[in-house]
Amino acid sequence: MNAWILALVQTTLLLLLAPLLSGWVKWVKCKLQSRRGPVPWQPYRDLAKLMRKEMVLAEHASPIFRATPYIVLSVTALASSVVPAFAIGLPTAAIADVIVMVGFFALARFFLSLAGMDIGTAFGGMGASREVTISSLAEPAMLLSIFTLSMTFDSTNLDSMVHFTLTQPFHIYPSFIFSGLSLLLIATAECGRIPIDNPATHLELTMMHEALILEYSGRHLALLELASMLKMLIFGVLITNLFVPWGIALAPGVASLAIGTLSMLVKLMLIGVVLAVSESVLAKMRLFRAPEFLSLAFVLSLLGMLSHVILEVH
Amino acid sequence: MYLHLAHLGVLLALLSAVAPLPVRHVNVGVRLAFTLLGLSGLTSAYAGGVGMLSGASLHVVLPIGLPWLHSHQHLDPLAGLFLLLVGGVSAVVSLYGPSYVISSGTDSASARALAIFTGLFVAGMYLVILAADAFSFMVAWELMSVASYFLVAHDHAQKKNTDAAFLYLLMAQAGGLFILLGFGVLAGIGDGFTFSAMQSASLAPHWEHIAFGLAFIGFGMKAGIVPLHVWLPQAHPAAPSHISALMSGVMLKVAVYGFIRFCYDLVGTLHWQWGMIVLLVGCASALLGVLYALMQHDLKQLLAYSSIENIGIIFMGLGLSFLFASSGVPTLAALGLLAALYHCINHALFKSLLFLGAGAVIQQSGRHDLNHMGGLLRLMPITGGCFLVGCISISALPPFNGFVSEWLIFQTALQGAELESGVIKSLVAVAAAALALTGALVAACFVKVFGIAFLGKARTEDMLRSHEVSAGMKWSQALLALGCLLLGIFPTFIVKSMQTIPIALLGSGLDSMGANTWLRLTPISIRASSYGAPMVLFGICIAWLGAYILLHPRRRKTKVRFSPAWDCGFGPLGPRTQYTDSSFSQPIRRIFRPVWHIDERVEPPTPEARGGRYILHIGDWAWDKLYVPLGRVIQRSAKIASKIQGGNIRIYLAYSFFTIIVMLWIVT
Repeated sequence: MNAWILALVQTTLLLLLAPLLSGWVKWVKCKLQSRRGPVPWQPYRDLAKLMRKEMVLAEHASPIFRATPYIVLSVTALASSVVPAFAIGLPTAAIADVIVMVGFFALARFFLSLAGMDIGTAFGGMGASREVTISSLAEPAMLLSIFTLSMTFDSTNLDSMVHFTLTQPFHIYPSFIFSGLSLLLIATAECGRIPIDNPATHLELTMMHEALILEYSGRHLALLELASMLKMLIFGVLITNLFVPWGIALAPGVASLAIGTLSMLVKLMLIGVVLAVSESVLAKMRLFRAPEFLSLAFVLSLLGMLSHVILEVH
Repeated sequence: MYLHLAHLGVLLALLSAVAPLPVRHVNVGVRLAFTLLGLSGLTSAYAGGVGMLSGASLHVVLPIGLPWLHSHQHLDPLAGLFLLLVGGVSAVVSLYGPSYVISSGTDSASARALAIFTGLFVAGMYLVILAADAFSFMVAWELMSVASYFLVAHDHAQKKNTDAAFLYLLMAQAGGLFILLGFGVLAGIGDGFTFSAMQSASLAPHWEHIAFGLAFIGFGMKAGIVPLHVWLPQAHPAAPSHISALMSGVMLKVAVYGFIRFCYDLVGTLHWQWGMIVLLVGCASALLGVLYALMQHDLKQLLAYSSIENIGIIFMGLGLSFLFASSGVPTLAALGLLAALYHCINHALFKSLLFLGAGAVIQQSGRHDLNHMGGLLRLMPITGGCFLVGCISISALPPFNGFVSEWLIFQTALQGAELESGVIKSLVAVAAAALALTGALVAACFVKVFGIAFLGKARTEDMLRSHEVSAGMKWSQALLALGCLLLGIFPTFIVKSMQTIPIALLGSGLDSMGANTWLRLTPISIRASSYGAPMVLFGICIAWLGAYILLHPRRRKTKVRFSPAWDCGFGPLGPRTQYTDSSFSQPIRRIFRPVWHIDERVEPPTPEARGGRYILHIGDWAWDKLYVPLGRVIQRSAKIASKIQGGNIRIYLAYSFFTIIVMLWIVT
């Protein structure tokens, strides 16, 4: 029972931390570009304001349009309960393994794309078309690099994967380097960050994720923004804990949980800095350059898989 | 006992073919035929279900057929599953059929023809599954093929349909020939046409390879693997929609049944080379199937291409199962087989659902081109809702059923470390990535279908005239949608009850299945992987409830204003400013360009089309590069062969005379 409460605490904590991470990234990015920038907790204010605001719905929006924000947020929240964040051994880990988690994101994207097409504006269709194209290239690369890891760990369960690294003697596998790089590239694409998509743009020709949610306002928009922040946080937690799991709590206990939470925060801050640096030095790509970027990610995953099969299996 | 019940099902199906003949009133006749067909479906499904669960193999010899070869019939777990599938889907289709056929306004003669051939077609499928000797199998197989030929050619006023039907018949016959030869190899060595004689035959490896090759081509042609698929996207759209549902949903599965029966049961030894061939062909079918589906704008043709993709996924599962069986890991071979069978059930459910939905849309609007549709969800909410369930299920998204079978295939592929060769290990992993790509592209494809047909604004006036279909058509779709949900949420029960099949065929089930509860599916071990589908649904509901409760106090305070969609200040948006089917798939078309034979051009403005005209034609490479040259070769050789055609009866008599002489000489 305690473990279930802990799982609930984890989900709530990640949900509450998500705006802070995107605020942090924005803040670091502004500092790097010598701008003043909003304070890191600005996203909380934005969300609170959106919640209070009047909502404008398009006249012929179907129920799918109105249900999508709730579906997207619930599915993303469920995904956040599955990742090992500050402790392992949570009962929620057995609900879904990493393949199911990829499935959750695909489900959220499915509804988001449908909602984009629901109103019947060109922007929504454009966003949906681009979103499904990019994701159909990113998803196989992501799964291939995850498969490499899970063949090493002999498990697709995230909990067992993290547990394996922590309990085995420390060892750097060549395949992990390739898979890790590939996962970083894919995470930028999946979260709609530069160089694939720019969350700050509202320029017709370049937007993808923003085009999908263009017709949303008020609390619907707040839910969708929160979901996309949470998704970025999940990817951050996932990548750091798969490759650098040290610090995560192995057994429940006040001290180890505190260390786990603290180490998670430090890791997230660091990966936020990495993201901010990369977003400052890279420029957004043209849409049709994105497949090249994603095939680089795929080739890296493939190299990871091959080096696993050739070098690490005996 | 249950075998007799299954035979009762066959009889009822045959009765449904002839019963409406003496009935004068066409509507009564149609209803009678479909009622009998529905009863036969229920009977067979019950018999099949019990046959699968019991795990026993029943056998009976019917005094029909040649004097030295009576018809052998059997019902074992494998046959039981497929009987359940065919029976279940035909029962649902019979619920849909009456109002569909009656409101399509068919005249009495063609409604009778439809009833006759539907009954024969379904009876043929039952008999293929029940057959326990090669002779009964082939007779039933041909009954199924020929009856479905007449169904494809049902709407024969259009030349397109008769062409499709002819191509279908041609390829069905060619495929039948390969299967016949495959049985010939086994029967020749095993000394007998019964399946039990074939099982006991000890084949030399090269004969096994030959038999496998013949069966793979023969059954593959019917199942629609690439490049033997060309009949499928032409024949399925030509048939009436409820027949398309039967053909795509179940007939392709009967071919898969034949292949499984032939390889696992009759040949018995599975070689790793077969596993590689089946896996790679499966990958190719899955990827090409979905890429071609993405480019279609005819709703039913798109669904037909997507069937090719799903057959590819099924063959991938079978290929993995072959590989593990040949490496001596029967539990994983069982897992691959179960994953493939699970996908058979899933595809039967969601593809029938989608075809029935497409039938409802086409019947209401009279349009089958996606570019003419739009906004149907508001006019047909129940059909739209069920179609959405079908789209989610086919896109392999949790918590619906398509996800479970693909997840099981992923789990099988990830156990590749158990295989011996390094090359095969990495190929298996790449095949898993190909499956991931397929899954993502399917999601893209069905976002397109649902988004363009059911959402947005109506692109033509015809859409606005559509309204919700009648009760029978609604119920049948709702039943299938419910099936998709239940099979997605309770996979543990389904996998457990299918365990009898790998136990019968491979002598091993899944070890870990005994330990787990209904909450979690753990195919390998709890440490390795688990999927708690009921908890996923529960979790989504809880999270939704949480968001709702949190927002509800605000709901009353903040206003909701309805206004037209934002038009950038350029005036009202019409339906023509929406994304169309070809614009939606344009990025994918550009990225995977070499996959299709694309003919894309812009014609200069003319008085009729002042803005010019954009023409896009997507051709199938397999057709253009393989079948057209083959057809030319056949035509040329036929012309040469026709020289012996003298047109004089005496010459023909001489031919027959010499043929008989030569034959007698050979025989003696």
